Amino acid sequence: MDFYQQVAAGPAEIVYLGEVICSKRRLVKPDDWLAIGRELRQSGKDVILSSLTLLEAASEVSSLKKLCNNNEFMVEANDVTAIQLLSRAGVAFVTGPSVNIYNHHTLHLLAARGLKRWVLPVELGLETLKDMQERRPDGVETEVFALGRLPLAYSARCYTARSHNLPKDNCQFKCLEYPDGRMLKTQEDREFLVLNGTQTQSALTHEVLAQLAELDALGVDVLRISPQHQGTFRIIELFDEARHGAELKLLTPELHSLLPLGACNGYLLQQPGMEYGNPRTA
Amino acid sequence: MELVCPAGNLPSLKAAIDNGADAVYVGFKDDTNARHFAGLNFTDRTFEKAVRYAQDRGRKIFVAVNTFPRPAGFERWTAAVDQAAEYGVDALILADMGVLDYACERWPELRLHLSVQASVTSAEGIRFYHENFGIRRVVLPRVLSVSQVTQVISESPVPVEVFGFGSLCVMVEGRCLLSSYATGRSPNTYGACSPASHVRWEETDGGTNTRLNGVLIDHYGEGEKAGYPTLCKGRFQVGEHLFYALEEPTSLNTLSILPKLREIGVSAIKVEGRQRSPAYVAQVTAVMRAAIDRCLEDPETFQPRVQWMQKLDEVSEGSQTTLGAYHRPWQ
Repeated sequence: MDFYQQVAAGPAEIVYLGEVICSKRRLVKPDDWLAIGRELRQSGKDVILSSLTLLEAASEVSSLKKLCNNNEFMVEANDVTAIQLLSRAGVAFVTGPSVNIYNHHTLHLLAARGLKRWVLPVELGLETLKDMQERRPDGVETEVFALGRLPLAYSARCYTARSHNLPKDNCQFKCLEYPDGRMLKTQEDREFLVLNGTQTQSALTHEVLAQLAELDALGVDVLRISPQHQGTFRIIELFDEARHGAELKLLTPELHSLLPLGACNGYLLQQPGMEYGNPRTA
Repeated sequence: MELVCPAGNLPSLKAAIDNGADAVYVGFKDDTNARHFAGLNFTDRTFEKAVRYAQDRGRKIFVAVNTFPRPAGFERWTAAVDQAAEYGVDALILADMGVLDYACERWPELRLHLSVQASVTSAEGIRFYHENFGIRRVVLPRVLSVSQVTQVISESPVPVEVFGFGSLCVMVEGRCLLSSYATGRSPNTYGACSPASHVRWEETDGGTNTRLNGVLIDHYGEGEKAGYPTLCKGRFQVGEHLFYALEEPTSLNTLSILPKLREIGVSAIKVEGRQRSPAYVAQVTAVMRAAIDRCLEDPETFQPRVQWMQKLDEVSEGSQTTLGAYHRPWQ
């Protein structure tokens, strides 16, 4: 639990906790998450409990109900199932990047049902963000996925298990062997996607450092940093320095040196997500 | 069990109706639907004919307005809703909450179905759309096993439609960004996966390469039949192995579990393939019609006939089929 002690000591104000991909991953149990949450809260962090993205089994819905009834922490809904449970209970909530809020009508509708903060779907760019911000309902914060391998897809099938020729029901927890996910390459040896169990991620790490000033000007409230196996604490510090005005040309090379493969930011620039462009400083 | 068949144009629509579809689903010629391909879908004039052809024969016509509008251009989606409603279609198939809200306010009498693109896999999720927008049917994503579908149906406030045949999305629909990551064109906003504009077929000394915006999706040796470069159905390298890392080129085929789908209370069976030819629509509709009729007649002794399976294999991706996530070991 060193990781969370370091989080507690670091500059991030908000911490999202929990398992969002696979209900079989139970190394940290629901009560453990609550205990970690309480400690982080004591260190002054705003703690949010994240919920499962793709719900399939009835047992997963039952666990989600317990999570939504925790009475201590706000919940990040990553599926409409959680939105229904939380809005029916009259409890305020946050939505994650896998909830499809693509326009201001949807944003207003959810705000009326308890939405306090939303994450811009990762495939949407600055142009759409600007339109959304101009018509954002009062009292709703906007968060942007600022660094991390992009969450691209979710499936019933576990691809990590499949890559070991195993079915999901006998996965042998192979994903534990790949803390940064398992690399998928094209036949030309191009590192393209990463298998994270039932989730597929980008091989490149999306990062928005070059667009930080624009995001700030658009009134973005929160930047999300998705952790990686190594280097997360330095990455948080670099973003903290950047938001306090440090020069990007000093920060960017170090940030990129910390990424497992390389950077992309195409989505934010209305380009394919796998591209990296930097029109402002190019 | 209602049979719902795809139509990308008027000849396909006629093929579906003439071969026994209870309902056909169509889209308009723009990015408001999830099969936005060149040369496909309906204009004002063809749409009017389509509605008439279906309804004159006592069949239903559904219109898919099932992509996710951004603020700029939202009016295209409301215009699509209005157009479908004004022509008196039997139902709209919608995904976006904003569009659903508009449709249920503006056209309160019109039946709304929740598209598979809404990505809803639980009864609680369905309840959200039922309570907020009055949806009267839901189409489930292709990620649930039969026992999970059973569970959802037992608690769902509305009837459930499931996919019975066609190209198989292996990722939960409406939340798959693989194609947009590579091409910048998103199934969610643009309405096309692996769009033809970004596809390249490359003849090389050793065979054929298929690329999506430059990314090598597969390589086919001499004499090997090259398939369309759908991102999730290419051969990739993971560890030591070169294989179909996500899924093989294959189609979903549920003939063998039709009695089970009937027993658990599935209300409608959907056939995928608005982008396919009228011949595909005719062939698949005829087989599904015969199979569903036989199944309803005598579910106890129902067995898929060899010739049905052969006919479906002929029009399947890679000439092979799977039960997909319905069958637990697939997962």
